[in-house]
Amino acid sequence: MLIPHPLLGLRDSQEFTYLGDAALMQRPDPAADGAEAAFCDYVFLRDNPAGVHRELWFHEQGDRSWLVVTRDTTTHEILGAELASNLKLGAAQ
Amino acid sequence: MTRLAGGLIDRSLPLNFTFDGKAYTGFQGDTLASALLANGVQLMGRSFKYHRPRGVVAAGSEEPNALVELRSGARQEPNTRATVAELFDGLAARSQNHIGPLDRDFLAVNDLLSPFFAAGFYYKTFMWPKAFWEKLYEPAIRKAAGLGSLSMLPDPDAYDKGFLHCDLLVVGGGAAGLAAALTAGRAGAEVILADEDFALGGRLLAESDLLDETEASVWIATVRAELDSLPNVRIMTRTTVFGVYDHGIYGAVERVADHLPTPGDKVRQTLWRITAKRAVLAAGATERHIPFADNDRPGVMLAGAMRAYANRWAVSPVKREADAIAIFTNGDDGHRTAMDLIAKGAKVLGVIDVRQTAPRFGDYEVFAGATVTGTKGRLGLNAIEITRNGRSEWHPVGALGVAGGWNPNVHLASHHRGRPVWNADLLSFVPGADGPKGLIPAGAAVGKGGTEEALADGMNAAITALAGIGIVAAGIALPKAANAAAEQVAFWHVPGKKRAWVDFQNDVTVKDIALAHKENMRPVEHLKRWTTLGMATDQGKTSNISALAVMAELTGKSIPETGTTIFRPPYTGVSLSVLGGGDTGTTFRPRRLTPTHHWAEAQGAEFVEVGQWMRAQYFPQAGETHWRQTVDREVLAVRSGVGLCDVTTLGKVDVQGRDAGEFLNRLYANMMGTLKVGMVRYGLMLREDGHAYDDGTCARMAQDHYVVTTTTANAGLVYRQMEFFHQCVWPELDVQLISTTDAWAQIAVAGPNARELLSRVVDDFDLSNEAFPFMACAELTICQGLRARLFRISFSGELAYEIAVPARYGQALIERLMQKGADLGVTPYGTEALGVLRIEKGHAAGSELNGQTTAQMLGLGRMVSPKKDSIGAVMSRREGLAADRRRLVGLKPLDAGTQIMAGSHLFTAGAAQTMETDQGWVTSSCYSPHLQSYIALGFLEAGDARMGEVLVAANPLEGQEMKVEVVSPHFVDPEGGRLRD
Amino acid sequence: MKFSGFKVVKEALTGHKGWAPLWRNPAPKAEYDIVIVGGGGHGLATAFYLAKTFGELKVAVVEKGWIGSGNAGRNTTIIRSNYLLPGNQPFYELSMKLWENLEQETNFNSMVSQRGIINLIHTDGQRDAYRRRGNAMMISGAGARLLSRDEVKQMLPFLNFDNARFPIKGGLMQPRAGTARHDGVVWGYARGADARGVDIIQNCEVTGFRIENGKVLGVETSRGFIGAKKVGVSVAGSSGRVMAKAGMRLPIESHVLQAFVSEGLKPTIPGVITFGAGHFYVSQSDKGGLVFGGDIDGYNSYAQRGNLPVVEDVVEGGMALMPMIGRARLLRGWGGLVDMSMDGSPIIDKTGIEGLYFNGAWNYGGFKATPAAGYCFAHLLATDHPHEVATAFRFDRFERGYVIDEKGVGAQPNLH
Repeated sequence: MLIPHPLLGLRDSQEFTYLGDAALMQRPDPAADGAEAAFCDYVFLRDNPAGVHRELWFHEQGDRSWLVVTRDTTTHEILGAELASNLKLGAAQ
Repeated sequence: MTRLAGGLIDRSLPLNFTFDGKAYTGFQGDTLASALLANGVQLMGRSFKYHRPRGVVAAGSEEPNALVELRSGARQEPNTRATVAELFDGLAARSQNHIGPLDRDFLAVNDLLSPFFAAGFYYKTFMWPKAFWEKLYEPAIRKAAGLGSLSMLPDPDAYDKGFLHCDLLVVGGGAAGLAAALTAGRAGAEVILADEDFALGGRLLAESDLLDETEASVWIATVRAELDSLPNVRIMTRTTVFGVYDHGIYGAVERVADHLPTPGDKVRQTLWRITAKRAVLAAGATERHIPFADNDRPGVMLAGAMRAYANRWAVSPVKREADAIAIFTNGDDGHRTAMDLIAKGAKVLGVIDVRQTAPRFGDYEVFAGATVTGTKGRLGLNAIEITRNGRSEWHPVGALGVAGGWNPNVHLASHHRGRPVWNADLLSFVPGADGPKGLIPAGAAVGKGGTEEALADGMNAAITALAGIGIVAAGIALPKAANAAAEQVAFWHVPGKKRAWVDFQNDVTVKDIALAHKENMRPVEHLKRWTTLGMATDQGKTSNISALAVMAELTGKSIPETGTTIFRPPYTGVSLSVLGGGDTGTTFRPRRLTPTHHWAEAQGAEFVEVGQWMRAQYFPQAGETHWRQTVDREVLAVRSGVGLCDVTTLGKVDVQGRDAGEFLNRLYANMMGTLKVGMVRYGLMLREDGHAYDDGTCARMAQDHYVVTTTTANAGLVYRQMEFFHQCVWPELDVQLISTTDAWAQIAVAGPNARELLSRVVDDFDLSNEAFPFMACAELTICQGLRARLFRISFSGELAYEIAVPARYGQALIERLMQKGADLGVTPYGTEALGVLRIEKGHAAGSELNGQTTAQMLGLGRMVSPKKDSIGAVMSRREGLAADRRRLVGLKPLDAGTQIMAGSHLFTAGAAQTMETDQGWVTSSCYSPHLQSYIALGFLEAGDARMGEVLVAANPLEGQEMKVEVVSPHFVDPEGGRLRD
Repeated sequence: MKFSGFKVVKEALTGHKGWAPLWRNPAPKAEYDIVIVGGGGHGLATAFYLAKTFGELKVAVVEKGWIGSGNAGRNTTIIRSNYLLPGNQPFYELSMKLWENLEQETNFNSMVSQRGIINLIHTDGQRDAYRRRGNAMMISGAGARLLSRDEVKQMLPFLNFDNARFPIKGGLMQPRAGTARHDGVVWGYARGADARGVDIIQNCEVTGFRIENGKVLGVETSRGFIGAKKVGVSVAGSSGRVMAKAGMRLPIESHVLQAFVSEGLKPTIPGVITFGAGHFYVSQSDKGGLVFGGDIDGYNSYAQRGNLPVVEDVVEGGMALMPMIGRARLLRGWGGLVDMSMDGSPIIDKTGIEGLYFNGAWNYGGFKATPAAGYCFAHLLATDHPHEVATAFRFDRFERGYVIDEKGVGAQPNLH
């Protein structure tokens, strides 16, 4: 596979390490009521869609950036890739 | 000899070769198959199940029958298709899968027993008596099964792997492929043209069709010359594109030296990963046969293959020149073979055409509305039975060509699981619209097999493909060509009572398909699996569609309703050597060496693998005859003097920024933000699921600068996790991370004399306990100005330091310390002594921090700070973790001289030993020279409350059982006084 | 019809006229006691044991395609009971015992071949870990042998002992482990279930569940609604997709696992060999092909196909371990859709919806579990209680903190 790194262009997926669903960026509030249930959901449950999936890849043998890649799990077609930190900071603003 | 005139062989270059030990001669340009046929050899092998005599069927990589063991010794190569093995001088091949000589195969007895070996028979028997399967039936089946054999020696040849990139990959160098490559080449696109054959031209080489009114080889040579002259075009012959992977990556094997006696200084094969923006699939088509009674004898072959042998290799497929050749066809294509053979001077009996109104294109007999209903000849065809209007008569022939129509080579187009679609006009499957993105099939691969239409389609495919990536390609002047007559009717097999083969290699007949139908193995995949149809080395290239047609007839459905088959990579078999390419010995995986590796080597150290690292395990000295002697000496030297150990392999991460303390607070279970500058704290990291993950130290070098360490095993993983939390979860924190594991050489200096030794290398630095107490850290210089970091931390439990210098000074540092400490008894120690020292102190390592344990189990429960959140804190409170009562304990054998084997399970003395009564297990064990006893660590149910209890450590795996006493895991200096002195 | 050597001979002599369909193609009935979704090995084994052992008469198996079209037909056919943890090992040992009697039980030769499995040891730490595991196997009755380097060399002289990056220092062997013919397992259970009245309905895709007041009433399918008192879902890699139709999220990710077979070769290797340091395992089929595999590709996928880097990685491991296989050719590869769970262990449990039951999360190891998964799922469906060896395979083990994590890598499926 080839991953369109937003800074570096198309890179071979072998340079990356895969983590999983980008929902892992939304760590629950540990101080909230029912935090344990929220964490169980966060740590263990997945949408696991057959189709478009937003997922985390780490450019471990590259620039060490974490990317959110949008990919179709039925065709492996990649629809886009963004820097995870930009997304997270953007969402926070 | 049955050579004809003409052909594309070089008669000035005769080549000697042997088959089954007998010597023959062929010519440059021959394949093993064409050369054998030219020598009148029809019998080339035996079938898989019935061991029927088999000859060559095809002229290309789809060959199911003519499989040989090529070469000898360590280069022996089983199951090699004679049809694609290029002849070279000295080639030696043997037939395979028979016992006794090929022409008198003892296992041919299977053929007599064939009624017992119907499809799926083995699922119905061999069940009694139960034990006989492994002992009797299966070994017999395994011995009879298989095809060729391996030499069992390592492959002596070299292999390579590489990457290529292009705008357009053209797969196949026939009419369509050449037109595509030329169109794209002239447009300036980066083009790769790959063909599995050693010559370009594809089917043009096999046909007598003229281009621009002259032999096709002239046009091919002109095109090749132009492509060769274009710097943007790379021609790769002997290269099979075997698979289409994601995002335009194609796998290809280039057979660099398979046509040579030995590769010499070349690699034998190269694996290419070709990244292509677009591709044209011009892979041509494969002819299918028509099953009829006894259609598997040597001498019965595909009519198109016969044409190829006659036109390209100037070979007649008969044993003797006087033998006649017949053609059996369901369309016009078979007639072409008759015409070409006659033009070459071969003797043709006629064309048996299933059509009542069969055409006649030349001077030969046409048996219209007729079929072939039988054959004779034990080891080679000598007669066929022709049946017309219910009347049968036998005709002597030496060979029969069968033309059942052409199947487009859709394989690559279905590698992404897209389904081929049925084309009723062409009577074949063609690539569907859901093929791999960017791959455009063209020419015979989409059923446009006429020369004129293939040329045009190839050109147009290239124009379309390039337009998709913004390259405008103009049409090119194509040579004048014609499309041969190609009328045909749907005729799939000749009904009859005798066996009619569909899959030659695996001996699957029409009857087997009928039986599968009867037994409700009707979905095409069930049919294949029940009968083994299409599972042979040819992957059903010549048999799948015929089988579908037979099944369709039985079910009364159409062929597409009955099913389609899709193809997966590889297109043809790929040698494991080229996929595994090269680094199979000691270079199979990278080997990381510590900065003191070469020094340790010079000291005679033994090394041990720790992940990718090689670490010194122990340093034997003269006179030491057992590793234990060495390790005991090293351990005692640390406890009584001073020892040195390279600990560079521990992961190191530099953490800087205003929020570094807060960041580490969130990462580690315990507090890091409150750490004073100049101090170190032991840190425990949990996974988000609450289990213990890793441990190490955090040293605060400055207000906004920490240096943290990880275990060797988790160095990469922990760094990855830190970057994840930094970038994906808390990017608002002002913190920067970098792994510095390889940047710093780090050496542990441990033992009562450690301070004295260090004082001899530091530059004006106060090492006193007051100025630099336990858990202090500092940046300093040593040896007159070398930048260094010093940490007063101890894994051994002794007064100890770890000193870090830039990696390139690691060896110099250990040499200097050895020199300066000679009078202090300085002793290098390896991982074994390190292990003993830490077990004596009850420190957890990989066996205890194995990802399945909790902070509480490790006795570190209180480190999980309730005052703050950190990774895993919430989840560590779950019932199952909180209620886990297993604890890390020390274990001492009642007999001090008996080793407690790590991996033993613990049981209450006298209890039955079951999964239910299991009380725990031994994680680490060693001999403690300090205590003069074997000792161990382990996890035990309620272990902290069972001090003094005597348990059984059971190791039934090795027939051992022993009594052990539960003790504190801190065997040495439990108060920790030594490390604080 | 009883299959036997006698029957095969009789049919051979009388022109194979007496063979009958191995199973019927029944039209779906309006309602069943139990509908099993998924006609793979697990689903069919469940139906078989429901009919044979638990006396459930009105049972149907609905299958989207043809039976055995999923992972049952896309695996490396290894059977073993060499697990470490108490939540797992007794279950796999029950499975091994069922394998040992499978052919007699189903009257179908599934070619269960107990030629042994050897897990190679390369370091002292690994030997300690394998000793712990081997002792768990001994204690559970599965049997095990700890082999020295010389013993391994005697059994497998063709391995790379002299020039290896990861030298072989021994092995953990389970002599009772081995392989079984994967399609034969599917067909044996299907035929046995059909003979006992189970309706096997192929080309019948479940498109939804009919659920009212928290209770399942049946399944909507491409062939209409089929009523059921109980529905058992056993769809491996499609678990997420199917259970989503019942509104459930699972502790599962779907991944692709590739496996490969070489061209047929005369007998080359005796049993099953696993090479952890190189991510490679191999056996040889009765037809002569080397059947081998390695790691999963590592990213979420429903595509049932993998990529070239993993092909290379697996073969590199094979070549490093057995350099003499180089001149053989890779003939075929396939990609299985595996249901990787958050602790690498399975789930056989009720769901929050009354009457809806789930069997899945088999990771890359579902094949060896086929008999026991079928037996235990049948037990749960029939009695509403988990079988005693499957009590740990619950959904709530994650929230309660009782994960069964053999590898100790936590909630990251692609590392299990």
